[in-house]
Amino acid sequence: MGQIQLNQVSKSFGSVEVIPPLDLTIEDGEFVVFVGPSGCGKSTLLRLIAGLEDVSGGHVTIDGADATAVPPAKRGLAMVFQSYALYPHMSVKKNIAFPLRMAGLGQAAQDKKVEDAARVLNLTDYLDRKPGQLSGGQRQRVAIGRAIVREPAAFLFDEPLSNLDAALRVGMRLEISELHKRLDTTMIYVTHDQVEAMTMADKIVVLQAGVIEQVGSPLELYQRPRNTFVAGFIGSPKMNQIEGPEAAKHDATTIGIRPEHIDISETEGTWKGTVGVSEHLGSDTFFHVQTEASAEPLTVRATGERALGYGDTVYLTPRPDHLHRFDSKGLRLE
Amino acid sequence: MATKASRAAARTMISPAVILLLGWMIIPLSLTIYFSFLRYNLITPTGNPFVGWENYYWFVTDPSFKAAMLNTLVLVGGVLLITVVGGVMFALLLDRPMFGQGVIRIMVIAPFFVMPTVSGLVWKNMFMNPVNGIFGHIAKAFGAPPIDFFGQIPLLSIIIIVSWMWLPFATLIIFTAMQSLDQEQLEAAEMDGAKWPSRFIFIMVPHLSRSITVVILIQTIFLLSIFAEILVTTNGGPGVSTTNLTYLIYVSSLLQFDVGMGSAGGVIAIILANIVAIFLMRMIGKNLDA
Repeated sequence: MGQIQLNQVSKSFGSVEVIPPLDLTIEDGEFVVFVGPSGCGKSTLLRLIAGLEDVSGGHVTIDGADATAVPPAKRGLAMVFQSYALYPHMSVKKNIAFPLRMAGLGQAAQDKKVEDAARVLNLTDYLDRKPGQLSGGQRQRVAIGRAIVREPAAFLFDEPLSNLDAALRVGMRLEISELHKRLDTTMIYVTHDQVEAMTMADKIVVLQAGVIEQVGSPLELYQRPRNTFVAGFIGSPKMNQIEGPEAAKHDATTIGIRPEHIDISETEGTWKGTVGVSEHLGSDTFFHVQTEASAEPLTVRATGERALGYGDTVYLTPRPDHLHRFDSKGLRLE
Repeated sequence: MATKASRAAARTMISPAVILLLGWMIIPLSLTIYFSFLRYNLITPTGNPFVGWENYYWFVTDPSFKAAMLNTLVLVGGVLLITVVGGVMFALLLDRPMFGQGVIRIMVIAPFFVMPTVSGLVWKNMFMNPVNGIFGHIAKAFGAPPIDFFGQIPLLSIIIIVSWMWLPFATLIIFTAMQSLDQEQLEAAEMDGAKWPSRFIFIMVPHLSRSITVVILIQTIFLLSIFAEILVTTNGGPGVSTTNLTYLIYVSSLLQFDVGMGSAGGVIAIILANIVAIFLMRMIGKNLDA
């Protein structure tokens, strides 16, 4: 069980309101990702759920019971910190066993649970090492191990992958997703990386300045962003956003078109432009094309084989059924 | 620039300083060892004949030697205990956010800057004096007979004075270590269900162990040679109840004018200090590496 409900939860530090009152429901077994630019309050929100910060207003409900005044240890949640927060003077085994020891479990029961967790996380060979002797990925797994043994109602991850190098990050991303499928426990995951959010989440919560901009599945957010912020934040490279007369043609203040929804041609099209920098990824090539339609160059995705040189003249055509329209407040127009 | 010529030049340049420092150490040391084998008393100028181990024999068999050793041990041990425990507690207090934090932190350090003779006299006359001291007044206010600190509990009084002087040092070092403790570790422990006492024992104390080791090592070296506080307060008395090894050496050489005996005591003190140092290094020095 691990259903978490936030009811008008708000947080202020002194006179600064970090999180205005918000509502959010996280269903049992869901993998929810809080994503947003740094300083948007996503970590604070996680800490409010964990109980490490007191809410300034509202209620946190876990499995139907009001947990607002319950201390962190009693909420039945486990947290994995950005710095892993392993205890440096204890061996891996003792680190993983620490919550069990604090719960007053017998030595035999402790050993068994630690062994199970170590097997799941491929840590069996490292149980006697100190955290200082482990690599970043292994430390990460120890931190997850320490969370698993408690059999919590929900896991909370606070940017757990940001200290790993790119290759490891992809690996750990898969491992955490895999773990979620196997344990079938609620997980709340905080990140500023929209790729992590897109790849792992069942449900993404996009935050900006403490306000929830949109909640939805990754594809929902990608295909139907509720406003210009979500449109720009989700998806890589960013969605092209065009204002001015071109947008007015579509009865909107801003129109958006993703790089993969623009056709590029050397002979004819809607917008004429010159090719600037091109980025070759092998599978795809991204061209930055300067057009008269907007002041910013537009990003266009083409196949990896497409060869265009710097300064070449091209014509771009947006696919009309993939055009996003936003009004003067930045909200989506249907 | 590590050519042969530059290294030779460096050695030549640095040699005056090294030779001066070496001489500063070697000459007094060898003179002390030399005097310790002579009958060398300033009030019986009968020449200074070589007497072998006689000075050592008389110094060690002197009944006040045993008392001095014990007093040294109690003094060092007592002060270490008070400063380490007190230092951890003060550090915990200072670590909390409070009004006037900066000023309070500086004030806590202040006793360390007071000269030993001054603090000894202040404590003797203003605090511990049974007639004029604050403690005496407090006792009288409650109708209790004032304690004559240097008469009734002389060694404990010295321990209190010395602890007061060294507590800031311990506090400062331990407080610095406490500030470097990763807050996420404490939060993780809190999430793991550790209450405050468990967090203190399992997270804070191990984190502080290295700096506590440093405090113990440095303080032991200085506490073995406590002298000024004893000289200005009790003069080693009553009897020999506050005479430590340093003070005994002072008595031999400068009150009894027996240079030979004093030197023998000095050599014994050097050997003891080194034994303690090696012992401490072995016992807790392993905390320092890794």
